[in-house]
Amino acid sequence: MKLLVCISKAPDTTSKISFTDGDTKFDENGVQYIVNPYDEWYALVRALELTEANGGTVTTITVGTAADDPTIRKALAIGATDAVRVDAEAKDPYFVAKQIAEYAKANSFDIVLTGKETINYNGAQIGSMVAEMLDQPFVSLAQKLEVAGNIATLERDVPGGAEVVEVNMPFVLSAAKGMAEQRIPNMRGIMAARTKALNVIPALETAELTSIVSYSMPAAKSECKYIDADSMTELVELLHNEAKVI
Amino acid sequence: MSVLVFIEAKGKISKAAREAVTYGSKIGATTAVTYGDADAASLASLGDNGATKVLVCRNLSEGNDQQLTKLIAAAAKNCGADIIVVSQDQLGKAVAPRVAASMEAGHVSGAIALPDTSNGFIVKTNVFSGKAFANVSVNTSKKVISLLPNSISPESTGENAEVEEFNPDLGSAGITVKEMKTQGEGVLLPEAELVVSAGRGLKGPENWGMVEDLANTLGAATACSRPVADIGWRPHHEHVGQTGVAIRPNLYIAAGISGAIQHLAGVNGSKTIVVINTDSEAPFFKAADYGIVGDAFEVLPKLNEAMRTFKASQN
Repeated sequence: MKLLVCISKAPDTTSKISFTDGDTKFDENGVQYIVNPYDEWYALVRALELTEANGGTVTTITVGTAADDPTIRKALAIGATDAVRVDAEAKDPYFVAKQIAEYAKANSFDIVLTGKETINYNGAQIGSMVAEMLDQPFVSLAQKLEVAGNIATLERDVPGGAEVVEVNMPFVLSAAKGMAEQRIPNMRGIMAARTKALNVIPALETAELTSIVSYSMPAAKSECKYIDADSMTELVELLHNEAKVI
Repeated sequence: MSVLVFIEAKGKISKAAREAVTYGSKIGATTAVTYGDADAASLASLGDNGATKVLVCRNLSEGNDQQLTKLIAAAAKNCGADIIVVSQDQLGKAVAPRVAASMEAGHVSGAIALPDTSNGFIVKTNVFSGKAFANVSVNTSKKVISLLPNSISPESTGENAEVEEFNPDLGSAGITVKEMKTQGEGVLLPEAELVVSAGRGLKGPENWGMVEDLANTLGAATACSRPVADIGWRPHHEHVGQTGVAIRPNLYIAAGISGAIQHLAGVNGSKTIVVINTDSEAPFFKAADYGIVGDAFEVLPKLNEAMRTFKASQN
């Protein structure tokens, strides 16, 4: 079984979010980067479980610069076989998807796995775009994945519930909570990761279909108004007359 | 500008669908495209939200990403649309980026406002789990916009749309649905305007009756924190937060939830937040508009009583 897992870095959940250069750039000052949790905990770990059970390889792919290498080494330490980095700043989602799709096309994988979204841009775009470029089915928001022969069975989130679906390989999926449990890399994995292959390949040129022109922050919340536990009628009045939400 | 809005219309027309059609009609002449079994009268009612025409594909019963992409692309061609609007629910997340890639159109994910066309085409979006906004410029002539629920109020024009059957060749389905697990009756959480949520402070699943009572009085959806879903007190689809569902209701009432940063990431788009907690130091109070320091077991029934009195006075 030959699996490709898309790995992206993301600021740690507790990072302070602020912007610089006239609110046009994310301020990386003091920000600790981690492997995007959906890519790591769910997509990568499930891919490793499957190849451990059935044999095969797990390659990771990242579109980024040398600044991404520590996150890629972390994925290798958790257990990926080898890694590919497409050497370019991740521009818009279409650019990133194009790089991944071109690599996947040239190396034909049974399953391409992505996290359901990154925790910084929350775009949830890459998996779906890659699937279109590969002309393969896309199973979004998968919480379970089992493989038997050439057929995969998945459970995924749909409006108003969940559904169990079957799909023939090859296909693309996005992984959500439930797919696997987080793995902490051990010392042996960390040592092995130093010598595993991290292949840096050049990027394909594509036009930038979208670009972020500026950022802004939500208006500061006003102070919390405390209401006595015995004055629920007052709360209802505030919700009706002041907040106007009921 | 000509706009195509893709909606899912299984049985009744959802609020999210009416929002997406309203959003489209604010940009230009809007055609809606859908599939499934909704009757012609319900589809015609999309005219009330600004659609002039509704194209319905009757050959497709399951929402399959590859076939829907073909359906949307064919419909866009049919009505000459440059802009495609999709509601960003689970199905929208599967389909919209794919549609954009197929047309080499710029895709805006997580739109929360109408485009600003004064200088280019710029759409405000939610990023960093609702902690910031990004203004995204779309540089292509064809554009796909994924709209977050509760970003615009559905409008009512009193018009009816013309409904037309539309059955282009969609190829085969790559995905076969084996089983559907529906959450049952009740308001769908991602599109709910009012949400009552509770956490570990409720001590056990047997105590959820008071959460449901308040939700019923309000016509609200119920939700929960991650630990509560993880230990199986409540179903997974009710979990709001970073790894669960992100919601943006008008009112979010949280009882017995401390307000960890991961939970806030799923609810900080809420217009008004009410927090009920015994611990006056709970971090959630910093994000709250109204706070009640008290025991959920006493506060929830009292709040329910006050709501019932209020509701009765409204009728």
